[in-house]
Amino acid sequence: MKLRSNYPFYFTLGALVLYLVFMILPGVSGIAYSFTNWSSFSSKINFVGLENFKTIFSASGNYLLFVKNTFIFTLVTIVAKTVLGLALALLLTEGVKRMAYFYRTVIYLPVVLPMLTIALIFRSILNPATGLLNTVLRGVGLGVLAQKWLVNPHIALYSVIGVDTWAGVGYIMVILIAGLQSVPREYYEAAEVDGAGFWAKLFWVTLPLMMPAIIIVTVLNLLYALRVFDVVYALTNGGPGYATDVIYTAIFQDFSQGLWGLGTAFSSLLFVFMGVLGYFVIRFMDRG
Amino acid sequence: MLPKRIKQVGAHLLAIFAGLVTVIPVYLIIVNSLKSKADASSMSAALPAVLHLENFTTVITVGKLVQGFGNSIFYATFSTIIGTLCAAMAAFVLSRNRTRFNRFLYFFIILGIALPTNYFTLTKVMQITDLINTRIGMVILYAAGQIPFGVFLIYGFLDTIPRELDEAAIIDGCGPFQLFFQVIVPLLTPVLVTEAILSFLGAWNNFIMPLYYLNNSANWPMTLSVYNFFGQWQQYWNLVSADILMTILPAIMVYLAAQRYILSGMTIGAVKG
Repeated sequence: MKLRSNYPFYFTLGALVLYLVFMILPGVSGIAYSFTNWSSFSSKINFVGLENFKTIFSASGNYLLFVKNTFIFTLVTIVAKTVLGLALALLLTEGVKRMAYFYRTVIYLPVVLPMLTIALIFRSILNPATGLLNTVLRGVGLGVLAQKWLVNPHIALYSVIGVDTWAGVGYIMVILIAGLQSVPREYYEAAEVDGAGFWAKLFWVTLPLMMPAIIIVTVLNLLYALRVFDVVYALTNGGPGYATDVIYTAIFQDFSQGLWGLGTAFSSLLFVFMGVLGYFVIRFMDRG
Repeated sequence: MLPKRIKQVGAHLLAIFAGLVTVIPVYLIIVNSLKSKADASSMSAALPAVLHLENFTTVITVGKLVQGFGNSIFYATFSTIIGTLCAAMAAFVLSRNRTRFNRFLYFFIILGIALPTNYFTLTKVMQITDLINTRIGMVILYAAGQIPFGVFLIYGFLDTIPRELDEAAIIDGCGPFQLFFQVIVPLLTPVLVTEAILSFLGAWNNFIMPLYYLNNSANWPMTLSVYNFFGQWQQYWNLVSADILMTILPAIMVYLAAQRYILSGMTIGAVKG
């Protein structure tokens, strides 16, 4: 059979060229530029060794704070979206039978909206004086909970996390609903015969059998959160101070200020980290 | 069975609450886009006293929305066509002809789902290829960004199309192009539609690429226009709301028309693994 000639290699070239030129080449050449003083101030590019990395890891710079903020953002959104997403998924499969598809359609809606516009809307909702959230809290007698959501440096990051969770939980819910529907009914029936209640079924039947879906959801949340930009940029632009600055908002500042060598060193650290992470995720998924 | 009924009602109430929390921000945008400047200043949930439809005409002219809309449509449409076609052709060959090298290539491409963009060196690539600050450049960037996930999604679906069809077509004298476009593509339609919609929405909603690579406001898509409009007109929440509404409306319409494909795409992509 001459089957192979019917699957010509040149069919892959379009995808391969786009991918190599616009994703791999910048990533890999960025590693080389990390060791230079590339900037907008001078047309000369000099090798400076590990200078950029010293700046990033020095205690005086803010880079470690940006990394810490990104990790907090990542960790809390993973937990919040997974727990809320699972609760909603259970509600729309076990709790509500009629109209479940309608509710699902509504709750998924923010996922298809531009994150930028969502952030702008929430800038008004989270306004301390006139915003809807504080107005509602005062209206129901919970005025003590009213906060300067995006202004108070101690809670601004969590406000951003809240908005991001609001926008992204529908996505996680939909995947977890598919996971829930793949759990065979007989397991629940058997558990009920053994006298298991809601929580017992959740912990001993649902969660163990949904592990693959939960792992996928965690990976998706992780990949998104490490690269988060739009929501932070439009809500707080990293402020107040550096309280909500994450890796990608810091990179944009380096870009705007012309600190290209430093910024590309910071980008490259993330590139290598996520490349290794991606490698293990693919190995893991391929086996499973 | 009273307790069961109460549980049912409680579950519906919870679901309605979750739905309300989801739509309230969109509702706020709709009602405030129709108010006067003073009434919209606090972005309250109250209905407009008088319908200020002129907000939309103002925004369309002042916010240069026709231009932004045209740019967004251009970027989303052409990047979707190029990205989906390239991803499908690559996925087809990589899936059907599984040599060691092609297996490696598949994993190498889908690794891109995890890889972050280096915007500094990408600038350099855009300069060398003369694509910076151009419309074509945006199309190509979006198309390239879509490749890893597109290949992943379509590759998974190809397993469901029996190889016997290929063999029959080859025996009938089909060449690779005929085989792909006349036999495989029709069968791939569901996954191609899903991939195309996700890609279109991704490009429509994208903000970061034009922020880095488009200085010339004539080339700005809706997202970047809205952001700059907001910067100048923050005091006018009625106009900002109208501008936001015009930006999200196409996304909402695509979603409502194609939700079946979007929701299925999410789950194929994720649960298949």
